[in-house]
Amino acid sequence: MLDSPLKLHPSVALRPEPFGALAYHYDNRRLIFLKHPTIVDVVKDLEQHPDLQATLSAHGIDEQQWDNYDKAICSLIESDVVVAR
Amino acid sequence: MTALTERMKDGLDAPICITWELTYSCNLSCVHCLSSSGRRDPKELTTEEAFRVVDELREMQVFYVNIGGGEPMIRRDFFDIVEYATSSGVGVKFSTNGTYIDAATAQRLAAMDYLDIQISLDGADAATNDAIRGEGSYDTAMTAMRHLKDAGFGEFKISVVITRHNIAQLDEFKAIADEFGAQLRITRLRPSGRAVDTWEELHPTLDQQRTLHQWLLGHGENVLTGDSFFHLNALGESLPGLNLCGAGRVVCLIDPIGDVYACPFVIHDEFLAGNVRNDGGFAAVWRTSNCFTELRGPQSAGACASCGSWDACQGGCMAAKFFTGLPLDGPDPECVGGDGEYALASAGAIPRPSGDHSKPIAVQLGRRSNA
Amino acid sequence: MYHLGMDTTQPQITEERSEDVSDAEAVAEELELVEEISIDGMCGVY
Repeated sequence: MLDSPLKLHPSVALRPEPFGALAYHYDNRRLIFLKHPTIVDVVKDLEQHPDLQATLSAHGIDEQQWDNYDKAICSLIESDVVVAR
Repeated sequence: MTALTERMKDGLDAPICITWELTYSCNLSCVHCLSSSGRRDPKELTTEEAFRVVDELREMQVFYVNIGGGEPMIRRDFFDIVEYATSSGVGVKFSTNGTYIDAATAQRLAAMDYLDIQISLDGADAATNDAIRGEGSYDTAMTAMRHLKDAGFGEFKISVVITRHNIAQLDEFKAIADEFGAQLRITRLRPSGRAVDTWEELHPTLDQQRTLHQWLLGHGENVLTGDSFFHLNALGESLPGLNLCGAGRVVCLIDPIGDVYACPFVIHDEFLAGNVRNDGGFAAVWRTSNCFTELRGPQSAGACASCGSWDACQGGCMAAKFFTGLPLDGPDPECVGGDGEYALASAGAIPRPSGDHSKPIAVQLGRRSNA
Repeated sequence: MYHLGMDTTQPQITEERSEDVSDAEAVAEELELVEEISIDGMCGVY
């Protein structure tokens, strides 16, 4: 997914919480815990960058962590929280 | 217990969802009604007050409300409140006995967004259902479901409270749900409301609980449980869900007169956290009430501390303990290790629920022809 | 107020990480950045 242009699904609401955020999808009623503030920033910002790796770079995330973020984004795509644009 | 679940115990900035009983008025008199509903409370929130509650929920980003009662569709402003909520971005799921869903209403409901419906059904046949919910209520529910299906509503829910008498019908309930293109939701009977008097003869036996655990594991996330059976996790494998008591931590109840309780099953002064009509509204109750603050504090395993299953079952359900006279830091009355039964033998006085809105006619367990 | 099983005798055990751990380490330690929990059907109504 690293080179895919992505965005947050328009029916998803993000609610800030001390641990990160809750993402709720109004269409499929899935609730996802985003368990770190950085992944919240990345998800919010996906649409502002050409692809996922550009978003990760822009947020100064160490390349060693990219796989982990890629995995997280993949599971968000599976839940339809993040979609291709 | 995952790190995430541990964090849930400290509470969230706002509930994930709330239960909102819109009215204590009901055309039925189910013997296990958790809110002892029947007669309308004259102090019921007005339409305007209900809208203000929705405004608050929107500001707090509460994702959805479970509207119940009583029979919520009895309120003349039912659609006004539901439409106000969904157009504010607060999703609605409402629970109904189906009486007021005719063909035209089903079409109206099918045309709405962010709306989910739950039809209550407590028996896979009329005899079993009507013994709990009253004569004719099975046919009423089935008719409403047919209307929803015909109107193309999509996947609504069929909600079943598991009792000693319907637990053998799990597969039949699933077949009914499949027939209507609905999703099955199975929840736990609590000794709350009118069930304070009927729980003892209705709650499943230990053997039945084991069967239920296996059946639920076999159906995974296809059958919803409302996270209500986490006490069964002590039997081994954990069921899907949050698996902890969410009372005052991630959920709560707003009752028809605006009183806020820790959960829908503890309508009792001990768990009354405040009222939405007071200064600061619902948000102040959620954030600062003593009751909720205490529930979010560290809890003791008490008598269960030495039990190897505590991590899995978390001591079970607070409401189930409270309304059977058991201490909250001890086993659940339906503890699958058998400790609940032992504890019940020396339980204290059983508290009475705060309000009884039952109609004047005494409610009795109906006779079942196939018993 | 009813006794809620409040434990007043023992310090609260938490899994909070100490504040001097960097973000990157925190992420590595957390491993899973997202977790889905089924809440459809949650909240009590019969």
